[in-house]
Amino acid sequence: MKIVAVTSCISGIAHTYMAAEALEEAAKKAGVEIRVETQGSAGTTPIEADFLADADAAVFAHELQVKDRERFAGLPTVDVPVSDAISGADALVAKAIAEATEQQKSGAKRSGAAAASAPSAEASATKPSAGKSIMNKLMTGVSYMIPFVAAGGILIAIGFLLGGYLVMNHYSIDGLNDIPTLWANFNFGDITWWGALAFWTGKAAFAFLVPVLAGYIAYAIADRPGLAPGFVGGSIAVTIGAGFLGGIAAGFIGGYAAYWIARIKLPRAIDALKPVVIIPLIASIVTGFLMFTVVGAPVSLLMTALNDWLSSFGSGNLLILGLVLGAMMGLDLGGPVNKVAYLFATTGLDAGITALQAQSGQDPSSIPQLVIMAAVMAAGMTPPLGIALATVLQKNKFSKAERDNGKAAWLLGASFISEGAIPFAAADPLRILPATIIGSAVTGGLVGIFGASLTAPHGGIWVIGLIGHPWLFLLAVIIGTLVTGAVVVAAKNIGAAAKSNSAATTPSSADELLAS
Amino acid sequence: MTTTPLVLPELVIRGLSATDKVDATHQLAERLYAAGRVTDLDGFLADVAARETQMSTGLPGGIGIPHCRSAFVTEPSVAVGLAPAGVDFGAPDGPATLIFLIAAPDGEDQAHLAILASLARKLIHTEFRESLISADSDSLVSTIINTEVAPK
Repeated sequence: MKIVAVTSCISGIAHTYMAAEALEEAAKKAGVEIRVETQGSAGTTPIEADFLADADAAVFAHELQVKDRERFAGLPTVDVPVSDAISGADALVAKAIAEATEQQKSGAKRSGAAAASAPSAEASATKPSAGKSIMNKLMTGVSYMIPFVAAGGILIAIGFLLGGYLVMNHYSIDGLNDIPTLWANFNFGDITWWGALAFWTGKAAFAFLVPVLAGYIAYAIADRPGLAPGFVGGSIAVTIGAGFLGGIAAGFIGGYAAYWIARIKLPRAIDALKPVVIIPLIASIVTGFLMFTVVGAPVSLLMTALNDWLSSFGSGNLLILGLVLGAMMGLDLGGPVNKVAYLFATTGLDAGITALQAQSGQDPSSIPQLVIMAAVMAAGMTPPLGIALATVLQKNKFSKAERDNGKAAWLLGASFISEGAIPFAAADPLRILPATIIGSAVTGGLVGIFGASLTAPHGGIWVIGLIGHPWLFLLAVIIGTLVTGAVVVAAKNIGAAAKSNSAATTPSSADELLAS
Repeated sequence: MTTTPLVLPELVIRGLSATDKVDATHQLAERLYAAGRVTDLDGFLADVAARETQMSTGLPGGIGIPHCRSAFVTEPSVAVGLAPAGVDFGAPDGPATLIFLIAAPDGEDQAHLAILASLARKLIHTEFRESLISADSDSLVSTIINTEVAPK
């Protein structure tokens, strides 16, 4: 365990050094390593870069602004007035240890994953900080994203509950297709209106998922100047349909663009403009260029190719199609691959419903389009459900914020809001995504075999009345949830084993950042 | 580094009795002035008071550390008051029995100030404080401090 600290006070003569000494004594007592940077009148000796790179937590006991604070971005931080360190250094060190430990739960496993996935274990062991610091940055973005997922997802679910799965067709936000707009048609007596209100508010929250993820990854890299390029890049990821993986890319592009531009020496006259004008401006255009070209163009090609590939399957073998579509639903959880699968299902839905209406009394499970729709929805429900199950089965493998988020994930999964799985996947993609792919593929394949059907494009458990063979549908979802959960648990344990093998890779991550 | 010691026996007041922290600070500042460490008593006290209004300098463990950087200070100095009856310096856990009036010269000479930093670090340690309280002479008090804060 390594802790870094900065102390400062108004005159820089006494409290700065007393706090430093108190923290050093407290760390000694607690048996952890500490480096304190006294930003006082006797000059500041910066903490060695090596130590900082391996640090697990930061303590700021200060009255003046922490100098070069971006060095500490991504670390869990205890931020207090300097006097707290003098009177209660033991408690501060304990808190820093607790926050670092909380992060280790996921972070340790992650650095383990890096070791497992790296070409050679030695390679990652010799550079333990690289993978770890990437994880810290990811976790920062995820921690800020979680509230948006929870608020937005639950509101959307409530919207479906109150207004039915066609809630958005009763009150719109764009006024197209002669649907009345939500706010120009107050109708407090209409439960559907309230449903639409909840739905559109939830949608508004969801619109922030990827930008917030990207924005705060960039913030963790480059501090405040990273926010603009990060958010902008995240918004572009939404525009080009690149999903949360695109958002992660945007966060790193925007963050490092800002980080490197901040290091360019400028003439003193314009240097003051750097953080507020020059860095955001140049980093944003760099990010925009890369997102539209390097990320956007391939995503678009990928989607077209996948769509063509899917169409070539025909609808003859529903098991194979269910497996493939299911795997696609679980692959990026709302990203481009997921979207292609979903659009493939909804595109066929109209034809399926028409076919059903043409012959009354026909078994809907004989209409392939309707089975495909059911397979896609079921496969989109199991990622949040399976992960929620895993957070219950193996509490100690998830941070507290993740466990709390797991409770919301039950509802989001049941409502076919796959985004409920994104915080987990973004924080630990190498473990979570294989689990959601396998679990969703199994689910989709089972629905294909069972011949459950669906005549609605979404709604999850709440449109059970529109599902043909509902019990079989539920069985497929339950099995898929168990499979997803089991793979998540297994994957999380693979990492834990790797952790003890490579002791050099000390862990960390950061959902407690919210608290700082 | 500093050639003159941080504390001299004549900068120590054992058995300090003061009505309040302003009085205590004033008594200690007079010693600094008399020793030539401070060139303008009132100017220096005004600088100390300005620092004190930003945040009171009483600390847990019965310490008061009125201090400032001031243009009227000639070299880093500390006047030490041992006040068995205690003087309220605004610490949450009670009055201060050990008072350090820390005087730092204004200016850019940072190395010069390292000695004050090292004194501040010592203050955290109970043994250090107790050794001062139990010292039976002014010269012992100053010797303890000068020895402990000497660059190692």
